[in-house]
Amino acid sequence: MADMKMPRHAMPAQDPEVRSHNFNEVALGYTKEMAMEEATRCLGCPKMPCKNGCPVQINIPDFVAKVAEGDFEGAYEVIHRTSSLPAVCGRVCPQESQCEKYCVRGVKGEPVAIGRMERFVADWHNAHAKEASAKPVSNGHKVAIIGSGPAGLTCAGDLAKLGYQVTIFEALHKAGGVLVYGIPEFRLPKAIVQKEVDGLKALGVEICTNTVIGKTITIDELMGEKGFEAVFIGSGAGLPKFMNIPGENLQGVYSANEFLTRINLMKAYREGSDTPIKHSLKVAVVGGGNVAMDAARCAKRLGADVSIIYRRSEKELPARAEEVEHAKEEGIIFRTLTNPVAILGYNNPDDRRDPKNGSVCGIRCIKMELGEPDEKGRRRPIEVKDSEFDMEMDCVIMALGTNPNPLIKNTTKGLDVNNHGGIIVNEDALTSREGVYAGGDAVTGAATVILAMGAGKQAAASIDEYLKNK
Amino acid sequence: MLMYRIARKKPLNATVTLMDIEAPMVAKKAEPGQFIILRVDEEGERIPLTIAGYDREKGLVTIIYQVVGATTVKLNAKNEGDYLQDFVGPLGNATETEGLKKVAVVGGGVGCAIALPVAQKLHAEGCEVHSVIGFRSKDIVILEDEFRACSDELKVMTDDGTHGEKGLVTDALDALIQAGNQYDEVIAIGPIIMMKFVCKTTEKYGIKTIVSMCPIMIDGTGMCGGCRLTVDGQTKFACVDGPDFDGSKVDFDEAISRGAIYKEFERHAYDEACNLFKKEVK
Repeated sequence: MADMKMPRHAMPAQDPEVRSHNFNEVALGYTKEMAMEEATRCLGCPKMPCKNGCPVQINIPDFVAKVAEGDFEGAYEVIHRTSSLPAVCGRVCPQESQCEKYCVRGVKGEPVAIGRMERFVADWHNAHAKEASAKPVSNGHKVAIIGSGPAGLTCAGDLAKLGYQVTIFEALHKAGGVLVYGIPEFRLPKAIVQKEVDGLKALGVEICTNTVIGKTITIDELMGEKGFEAVFIGSGAGLPKFMNIPGENLQGVYSANEFLTRINLMKAYREGSDTPIKHSLKVAVVGGGNVAMDAARCAKRLGADVSIIYRRSEKELPARAEEVEHAKEEGIIFRTLTNPVAILGYNNPDDRRDPKNGSVCGIRCIKMELGEPDEKGRRRPIEVKDSEFDMEMDCVIMALGTNPNPLIKNTTKGLDVNNHGGIIVNEDALTSREGVYAGGDAVTGAATVILAMGAGKQAAASIDEYLKNK
Repeated sequence: MLMYRIARKKPLNATVTLMDIEAPMVAKKAEPGQFIILRVDEEGERIPLTIAGYDREKGLVTIIYQVVGATTVKLNAKNEGDYLQDFVGPLGNATETEGLKKVAVVGGGVGCAIALPVAQKLHAEGCEVHSVIGFRSKDIVILEDEFRACSDELKVMTDDGTHGEKGLVTDALDALIQAGNQYDEVIAIGPIIMMKFVCKTTEKYGIKTIVSMCPIMIDGTGMCGGCRLTVDGQTKFACVDGPDFDGSKVDFDEAISRGAIYKEFERHAYDEACNLFKKEVK
């Protein structure tokens, strides 16, 4: 019987004052005892509302029951049946809007900490399990995966286990996609991503880095001379969005993608790094999603005073609750119901050679209020008349989402895209081209790791079905 | 996994060097106007370099670089037979040459390395090519013979008059236009300030002028947004929308300013890299 009195176990974390000066992981993870105790809070509902809230349908009550028994490897097996990257998802999934949102314990109190237990189980497995992942027997069919982010890794893993000869093509020099260039070390240690990538290699998956599909080689060439029978496009989101306000191209205005890539992929935060990054004193991050939180917390760790500027109210922040909480603990200021109208540049009229000319010196914002709900039910932000004000800043980071990357669309005949540029797929993840499947941000626009994984999973099943019947 | 072997290394002048890199997949697709991104070693930064030539059969891509910062110091320390960590491309769009009958190609300094394959391609397609190449001084003139071979007319300019004619590339271009040459297009590749003034020169004659922009970038595939420019009042990304743009519409002053963001950092890194190599030599 579930323990109804026990409160949800808090996540041990690095002290905010300490962690805001380092890039080590913030959340430290449950101990064995904490995980087993937390597991006893689960009611084991037969209808499993939590499972239905999970984009990859993990049998949550089943794995939690195994955690309660101390059978962590058994718990891992349950999770791994439907999720390829549990150590990643346990860290980056927005559980409060998925599994934990539907937890019955949450109706009158706090939901069971499903995500934290998932993380514990995955970490336990990674630390203890003896990797005996034997290479599956090849079925002789070749499948190409474009992009090594969560969608591509998942699709590759599922297909490799079924015996397909899988090759992943990655544009950057390192595999992992957004898991390595986007999400910071303090939220998702890169060693965890590397372990997942190594796991795929052990299954026989080949990874070709430095290969830009649409430039180095096209999809038609992959399916022609290279002999791939099916292709999965998991190329992720593309060009960063800007607001089209004055001053956006001043020195010191970054897209979140650029800022995060310099830090996470290129390690610009390390002393002596070859890749430069501007060390600023006052940073404004525009946007309210996870990427905005990541950029803000990175800027903080580089020593700046950081403000998040978001046009709706705190309630509408699209970021994971835990990220907002962590950001606040680290001293990041939230200026909600505020929207930039211009970025202000330094200009010394007496000295045209002043090195500060052309760099950011402030941001002009306007106050907002919430009006009627829009078609998605979110209340529309409206400008408050004559409420402009200026703030001093020497760096502005735009975290407003992305537009789809045009490279693959422009070089693949017959590949249909919607009016936002996202690749059109049916319920089987099939595009308008035979044998070409797609999923993740390349289809949906910027979304979450777990949704991309779900799409990669669906595509793997569809590709298997397609090639078996071909 | 070290695949990108340096097949040839040849200094062109005191600070400019040519390398042929073994990269068959890049060589197969490379076209004039496109660029590559390389990393010298595991800790290296990603730097874009415009393609200076290619040999599809041998699988070689030619790059020509000037030693200006820490990364090019490191690159220059590599020798024939050594390997580069990463080499990706070809990126960006190729220079459009179709239908052009008479073109002036203007190259400045190390930019001549990128202008050359464009001139060669135009020449091979039967276009009349007038080339104007400019340098500070005689001792840094590069690729003169190569330009002569693919140009119907060649003007070599030096700032100090130690070689060719004394003057700027814009002087020579202006004189060519004044002499009655009617160009379908002018293609200018070199320092931003040179491209800006080439555009000012051609503006008065209403000649379409294409410039090749090489701003700071990281991925080169349309992800980071660092390479953005203002073209015709709109934000464009050099990596996927360019690197060639209609020069009359480019905000060059903004591009110069954006290019200067890491100047301080680069100066320190350059000094450190030089000191490091000096120590090794000792």
